[in-house]
Amino acid sequence: MNNSREAVQTETDAALRTRALESLLIEKGLLTTEIIDEVVQQYEQDVGPLNGAKVVARAWSDSDYKRRLLEDGTAAIAELGFGDAHGSKIVVLENTASVHHVVVCTLCSCYPWSVLGLPPSWYKSYAYRSRVVREPRAVLREFDLELPDSVEIRVWDSNSDLRYMVLPERPAGTEDHSEEQLVALVTRDSMIGVAKIEAPAK
Amino acid sequence: MQQADRQISTMEAQIALPRENGELIFQAPWEARAFGLAVALNQQDLYKWREFSAELAATIAAADQNDDPSSYYTRWVSSLEELIITKGLLSREQLDAKTAEYAANIDDDHGH
Repeated sequence: MNNSREAVQTETDAALRTRALESLLIEKGLLTTEIIDEVVQQYEQDVGPLNGAKVVARAWSDSDYKRRLLEDGTAAIAELGFGDAHGSKIVVLENTASVHHVVVCTLCSCYPWSVLGLPPSWYKSYAYRSRVVREPRAVLREFDLELPDSVEIRVWDSNSDLRYMVLPERPAGTEDHSEEQLVALVTRDSMIGVAKIEAPAK
Repeated sequence: MQQADRQISTMEAQIALPRENGELIFQAPWEARAFGLAVALNQQDLYKWREFSAELAATIAAADQNDDPSSYYTRWVSSLEELIITKGLLSREQLDAKTAEYAANIDDDHGH
């Protein structure tokens, strides 16, 4: 018993053992990816994309903050007390009426989880990782995001040192919203770049 | 789920989940997966939550006694492995072999 307790010593080892446990339990039919995803998602609200939403709402409300955020995402995000324990840099990309950014990790599933929580399953899927680079417009259409041809789409490939987060466009009709009200509008998908934020219902 | 929720939220101080301002804290995605595995196995009735928490308490007590600096979720994974092996769901050999297989491919993994 002591042996195996000592066996799990490092973080990397623990991460590998977690992957081994997951794949063996699935192979044996004791769990499915969907069951695990569902549990994680239920608790994900706790970690969730709330940090990212706070960053976005601050940038919409404070133009000085927005400038700092676009210049140095890591530092501006740290101002709000968030950041990546492993020291990855975060670059923030601003979506506008003419340029739309979308984020992927083509090699695996690098993700700015310190601000966006846990990545959704589709982000890790081979289909998304391989197709969004080749045919972003078609992939975004599958997310029900139809962009006019006049909008330039830029796809950003994350890696272990550099992660991207999208600053979505502030929706019309929110001029009177407080920062707190704005936080509630910001979705995870809008910060990955596969969705826009809907104007709030009147 | 309700019952597991309550059991998870009332885990005693020594074994309580890391939180900040009441929110669960995961330092890396694998920690969330490890958390999800333990909760999902309990939901599938493969063990009682108190069996898992007893295992975790024993791991944490042993680690603290040995001044072992391992993280909370590292200990969580050790405890989960022990319980899974005790329950006969998987063997230690299977786990070690699969872990070694992933370790051999670690260069392909770029940090997550």
